[in-house]
Amino acid sequence: MELIKNLTEIYGPSGREEKIRILIKSEITKFCKDIKVDVLGNLIAHIPSKNKKDTKKLMFCAHMDEIGLIVKHIDKQGFLRFASVGGIFTEKILHHRVLFENGVTGVIGVETKPETPKPPNLDNFYIDIGAKNQDEAKKMVQLGDIASFYQGTEIINKKVVAKALDDRIGCYCLIETMKRFKKNRFDLYFVFSTQEEVGLRGARTSAFRINPDYAIAVDVTGTGDTPESPQMAVSIGKGVAIKIKDSLFITNPFIKDKLITYARRFKIPYQLEILERGTTDAAVIQLIKEGVLSGVLSIPTRYIHSPNEMCDLNDVRATINLMVACTEQGF
Amino acid sequence: MLKEICEIPGVSGDEDKIRLFIKEQTCDYVDDLTEDVYGNLIVRKGKEKKPKILLAAHMDEVGMMIMNIEKNGLLKFKTIGLHPQSILAKRVIIGEKQIPGVIGHKPIHLSQQAERNKMPAVKELFIDIGANSREEVEELIQIGELATFDTKFHKDDDRIFGKAFDNRIGCYILIKLIQDTDLSAYFAFTVQEEVGLRGARIIAYRVNPDVAIAVDTTGANELPEKKDLPAYPILGNGPVLTVVDATIICDRKIIKLFEDTAKKHNIKYQYKQPMIGGTDAGVIHITREGIPSAVLSTPARYIHSPLSIASIKDIKNAIKLLTLTIEEILRGVKWN
Repeated sequence: MELIKNLTEIYGPSGREEKIRILIKSEITKFCKDIKVDVLGNLIAHIPSKNKKDTKKLMFCAHMDEIGLIVKHIDKQGFLRFASVGGIFTEKILHHRVLFENGVTGVIGVETKPETPKPPNLDNFYIDIGAKNQDEAKKMVQLGDIASFYQGTEIINKKVVAKALDDRIGCYCLIETMKRFKKNRFDLYFVFSTQEEVGLRGARTSAFRINPDYAIAVDVTGTGDTPESPQMAVSIGKGVAIKIKDSLFITNPFIKDKLITYARRFKIPYQLEILERGTTDAAVIQLIKEGVLSGVLSIPTRYIHSPNEMCDLNDVRATINLMVACTEQGF
Repeated sequence: MLKEICEIPGVSGDEDKIRLFIKEQTCDYVDDLTEDVYGNLIVRKGKEKKPKILLAAHMDEVGMMIMNIEKNGLLKFKTIGLHPQSILAKRVIIGEKQIPGVIGHKPIHLSQQAERNKMPAVKELFIDIGANSREEVEELIQIGELATFDTKFHKDDDRIFGKAFDNRIGCYILIKLIQDTDLSAYFAFTVQEEVGLRGARIIAYRVNPDVAIAVDTTGANELPEKKDLPAYPILGNGPVLTVVDATIICDRKIIKLFEDTAKKHNIKYQYKQPMIGGTDAGVIHITREGIPSAVLSTPARYIHSPLSIASIKDIKNAIKLLTLTIEEILRGVKWN
C-alpha cells in the first residue's frame, strides 16, 4: 500500500516525469540490473530469461505520466491562466489543489461573472497560488511550468482513491510482477513510458528500440457501474479487464486467447472490455517496425482524469496475477 | 532573396519551384545535396561528425486546391490551412500555368442583410479567372492544381509584408546559415508540413540525427483575449521558444541552451503560448528511438492568410541565436 501511495501522490505530468522515474527506478533496482533511460525519458528495464531458448521478446508497458495544467499567462494580480496537458475536463477540476514541480501549490478557481459561460470553458479558470501580485507570482512560477493535481491517496473499503491512478496503478502492476514471478519464459522488458497522455509518444520510441515480438500495455479503463453512467460492460471489483478493442486498437486474437486461457486456468477473475472512447500505448506499439502482437490489460477505474480516481485492489491483484502467469507460462 | 523566396508559389504537395530555388541558393556552399522520394531537400554542410545536428524548415505554404470546374467557368476549391475569413476577394495565382484569378463571392447588391453579416463557408465561395465556360477554363487549369495568393512582397524599414512567411522565413534563415556560417549540420527543407508534418517524418528517419531543431514561423498574437492578460508573442520582441505545443514537449536541455546563449549574448527572445499549433519537430522527436528536439520560431502577424507582417530584426536575431546555440552544441553538450 505504501508503494501505491508513493506512486500516485508524486508529481509527474507529461514531459515532466523526472521525479516519478527516480522513484520507480529506486524501487526496481533490486530486481533488475539492466535499466536504461531513453531520449524521451522512458524507463526501460530488461530481464533476460535464464533459459537461452526463451528468446521471444515480451514488452510490458505502463505510462508514468499523468495529465497536467500548463501556465500560459500570469496576470497583474498574480493569478495563473493555463492550458491543458492531456485530457483535462472542466467539470472535474474546480477548487481542486494543484502542485508544481518546484513544490509550489495552488487552488483552481473560476470567473464568476453572470456572462461566464455555463459550464465554463477552460479559459475561464485560473490557478491561485496565493501570490499578492504578478511580480511575486513570477518568482514562484514561470510561463510554461506544468502542474499536476495535488491529492492524498486513501483506501476506502478496499478501493484505492487517488490522483493519477491513470496510470501509476499500471506502473505498480509492472513493479509487483517484477518482484513476484518465479521463472521467466521471455526475453522480458518492463517499460515505464512517458508522454502517453499527450499522444502515446514514449511508447513509440521505446518499442522501436526494443523491437518486441509481443507487447502488453497495462492501463486503466472506464466503467459502466456508477449511477446513470454510459453503458459499458466493465465494473470495478469484477477482475482484470482483458481489452477486446478501443478507439485505435483491436487486440490481436493470439494474445487475447492466451490472456483468457491463463485467466481461466489460474482462476483469475477477468472481464472483457470494449472501450468506445480512449486508447493506450498498445495502439502505437502494435504498428512499430513490422508490427507487434499486442494486447492490453486494464484496471477498471471510476472518475478517470479527475483528482480522485477509484479502483479496486482485488482487480489490481488479478492484473498482477495474470501478468505473472503470462511471464511464467510463456506464449 | 527574402522577397524572391516568399513570392515563389509552393502549396503543400507542389514544392518543385521553391525546392529548385533553394537548391540554386545553396549548392555552391554544401558538401552533399539530396532530394528524397517525397520531395524533401536535404543538404549537408561540413564533415559527418558527432553530434549530428538536423535543422528543418518546411518549404510548403498554405493555399487552395481546385476541386471542380463549374459549367459557367467558375472554380470550386478547398482550402489548405486557411481560414475562409481571410481570403474573400483576394487575388490568386493558379497551377502550372500561373493563371491569375480572384476569390469571388456574392456581391452586395444581390445579398440579403442577414447574409452580409455572416461569414460565408468555403463551399459558397469560388475562384473566378474571368472565363465564361468550363471549356475555356479546362484549357488552362486542371482539377487538383493548387493556388496561392498573388501577394507582392514589400519592406518598410524593419517591417516586411508578404505571403508565405510561414515558413519561407524559416527557409531563408537556413539558407543564410548555409551561406554565411561554417556550421557542420544537416539542413532539411521539408514538404507537406501544413497538411500533417509529413515530409519531416521520413527525413528524420533517414538522417537519424543526435539533435534536431525545427525552424518555423509562429503567429504574433497581439490581440489580448482578456483584460489583464498580456497577449504574446509580440512582433519585434525577438525569436520565439516553444516549451510545449500540440505536437511536442520540447527537450529541456535544448531550451535551456537557447535561453543561456541568448542571455549571454544579449539577444532578446520570448516564448510561444503553450499547447497551440505544431511543427516538424512534432514528428522528428518521436522518430526511431527518439531524437532530442526543439523549435525556434520567428513571429509574424496574420500567418495562414494572404498577407503577413514580420520583423527583419527578429529574423536577424533568430539567425544569431541559432548560430551561437549550434556552435555550443557542436562544442559538445551531453544529452543524457
